[in-house]
Amino acid sequence: MKLENRSLEAVAFNLIKQAVVYLPVDIKNAINRACGEETSEIGRTQLQAILANVALAEEKQVPICQDTGTLTFFVKAGTKAENLNLLEKALVEATRRATVEVPLRPNAVNPFTAKNSGDNTGRLVPLVHWEIVSGDSVEITVFPKGGGSENVSALGMLSPGEGVKGLKRFVLDAVVKAGAQPCPPTILGVGVGGGADAAMILAKKALLKPLNEANADPEIAALEKELVEAANLTDIGPMGLGGKTTVLGAHVDFAFRHPASFPVAVAFSCWACRRASAKISADGTVEYLTKNGAGKC
Amino acid sequence: MAIHRLQMPISEKDARRLKVNDVLYVTGVVVTARDQAHRRALEYLKEGKPLPVDLEGQAVYHCGPVMKKQPDGSWVAVAAGPTTSTRLDRYEAEFISAFKPRIIIGKGGMGQRTTDAMAEEGAVYCAFTGGAAVLAAKAICCVRDVEWLDLGMPEAMWVLEVKEFGPLVVAIDAHGGNLYFEVDKKVKTNKQRILQKFDL
Repeated sequence: MKLENRSLEAVAFNLIKQAVVYLPVDIKNAINRACGEETSEIGRTQLQAILANVALAEEKQVPICQDTGTLTFFVKAGTKAENLNLLEKALVEATRRATVEVPLRPNAVNPFTAKNSGDNTGRLVPLVHWEIVSGDSVEITVFPKGGGSENVSALGMLSPGEGVKGLKRFVLDAVVKAGAQPCPPTILGVGVGGGADAAMILAKKALLKPLNEANADPEIAALEKELVEAANLTDIGPMGLGGKTTVLGAHVDFAFRHPASFPVAVAFSCWACRRASAKISADGTVEYLTKNGAGKC
Repeated sequence: MAIHRLQMPISEKDARRLKVNDVLYVTGVVVTARDQAHRRALEYLKEGKPLPVDLEGQAVYHCGPVMKKQPDGSWVAVAAGPTTSTRLDRYEAEFISAFKPRIIIGKGGMGQRTTDAMAEEGAVYCAFTGGAAVLAAKAICCVRDVEWLDLGMPEAMWVLEVKEFGPLVVAIDAHGGNLYFEVDKKVKTNKQRILQKFDL
């Protein structure tokens, strides 16, 4: 990657705008499918309203939801990529610009003074997660996440004796406890093992995976399916008004754990699971990776 | 699922005709109020001061909109989805008794005290789809007025003129019915079944 600060900022700006205006095609298709299968009349009115809203946001080029979230960036940086030192500053500048131009709702508040910075930046906001990979390109993903779904995140330090059954119970409890709050239908990210930190970051990152990508490990894929089935039998339904569409999908990821611990983290995304990625190659070409255009609404 | 198209304001009798699971499309005036507007309204009540907007018979919307000021000084609603109503539960019973709105719009539902006040006074709570901010903005044909802008854009009272604003699902009616309580009850029973089914 050999990009000037201004081009980096432009790529990041485009990603933010893309993420908040367009719903990724996998999510759109899942909502569309759920709308056809939902048996609750009230549930269907909610899914139809969501689809109409998504189409309208695209048409008018405005954010899907007024809660444009706080921004997190995931960066996969090639060891041979140049100008990496410029990237964090470019991400912050892009965030400021997007706040004015898209626009985004200012959502960065000092926890002690309650003062809103007004531009979606502040200490550790936007948060940037770095991953060093081989090669000379850089992949940037933006993940704007609303407050309603963030507020029902759950971390359980289970006893290893409870095992996978305990995990399933914990996830089901989290879904039931969350109820209408995270704007269902939601997407579940589940992180298992590690310490508390690893479990939660795995859970969050799991939300970035397209819905139609099941886990490569058949046992984990089966677990994902079971979690979805269990959640959808609760009858919480779209917006918590009843119905069989409570979650659109679940992704599970894991790390090895301490013999004495069994951490389980659950991250929720509201139906507006907004994310966008781009890859910047060494010669400066930019490839936008998130598909969002073709969705049938 | 009966569908009603209502012209605001409505009477107590109109409100009492609405039942849980009915779907409304509202035309006329809708006034936004979040935490701070509720708090200030109740302070005014205590001090015996009148509100700048008469809410009797009107719809109150739990919403902190994104508004844009036009060159001519008028306002346009950009995004106006509902905020979580649970936070306003502590004010709503007193608010309804004092100012007599007939429809409260939000998301996520409200508790027993509000449900009781709605039965007592003749008012309903409607859910509008969370996140459907552009759909809501589309229904707003004009911004008639803004009061208490000193509270900030999201917390001010925006007097909006809406056309066919909906679908609004009646989730608490004026007869003690509360869809969220019904769903909760069902979910609790279902959870036991799920635990059995998956041998948990």
